[in-house]
Amino acid sequence: MKSLSYLLIGIFFGIVMFKSEAASWFRIYEMFRFDSFHMYGLMGSALILGAILIGLIKRTKVKSFFGEKIVIAEKQKSFWRYALGGILFGLGWALAGACPGPIYVLVGAGFWPILIVLFGAVLGTLCYGLLKSKLPH
Amino acid sequence: MDWIYAPWPWYVSGPLIALTMALLILVGKRFGMSTNLETFCSLGGAGKRIPYFNVNIKSRKWGLLVVLGAVIGGFLSVNFLSADTSVNITPATVSQLNTLGFESAGNAYLPSELFGEGAWSNVKTVLVLLVGGFLVGFGARYAGGCTSGHSISGISNLQIPSIIATIGFFLGGLLMVHFLYPLIF
Repeated sequence: MKSLSYLLIGIFFGIVMFKSEAASWFRIYEMFRFDSFHMYGLMGSALILGAILIGLIKRTKVKSFFGEKIVIAEKQKSFWRYALGGILFGLGWALAGACPGPIYVLVGAGFWPILIVLFGAVLGTLCYGLLKSKLPH
Repeated sequence: MDWIYAPWPWYVSGPLIALTMALLILVGKRFGMSTNLETFCSLGGAGKRIPYFNVNIKSRKWGLLVVLGAVIGGFLSVNFLSADTSVNITPATVSQLNTLGFESAGNAYLPSELFGEGAWSNVKTVLVLLVGGFLVGFGARYAGGCTSGHSISGISNLQIPSIIATIGFFLGGLLMVHFLYPLIF
């Protein structure tokens, strides 16, 4: 039951990513040229409604569908890891035209060269794991 | 029902992204896609050599199911939920891309110059995709999250670190598109 719920949410997410064109390289390029409101409207409306929903979940102390207590983790306070990691991620996001969610979606959509991007992303993750202790956080 | 087959406008899709996040929280999980990249490393046995990847894979299974779902969602979208997948970007961006050599701009979902069948045999294309992916993976884990974990979930939860990360995402992206693209393409 739980497993099925994760799978179904994933399917829903995949459809939204593809149909919203957030998984399109062209939309990412256009966004970084500030040439269209599409991606800004998409992310802006997602996080305004998201903030309302998270606020409600916290305030009402609602339990999960499976009766567990809901804990929304706070991000660890720091500067460098977010600034430096963020810039590196942004460089890759604009070059490959896809962030992790859309990478998976595009595999399913059959754009096979996205597998090169996925392989690169796993490789990058592996290198981060190797270098973690040497990087400023 | 024709609207299903057309691209979905931002004011429909944006709220549906928020709904995805809320649903994941309500099943006791969270909205974050890049942690799965670590799970792939752990699945490949990286935990034996690098302690960072030595995690309980069972606790990550839910994320892999979300990933599997996203793959299925992509398959369903392209095969059953779309009439024409070409992305209607603005004419200014189309002509800008044409000057960079992207002739498929405005007529495709992804540029055929990078994601077409010729990609595998073009060294430059493979390098662009590999380096792009590498930066996405390295940067996402260094920053502790990607667009889903920081820009949507983190900012929705009013986290300053997520705002710093998102500003970083845009700084990097602007640098790439405005300064590095003319050198690369």
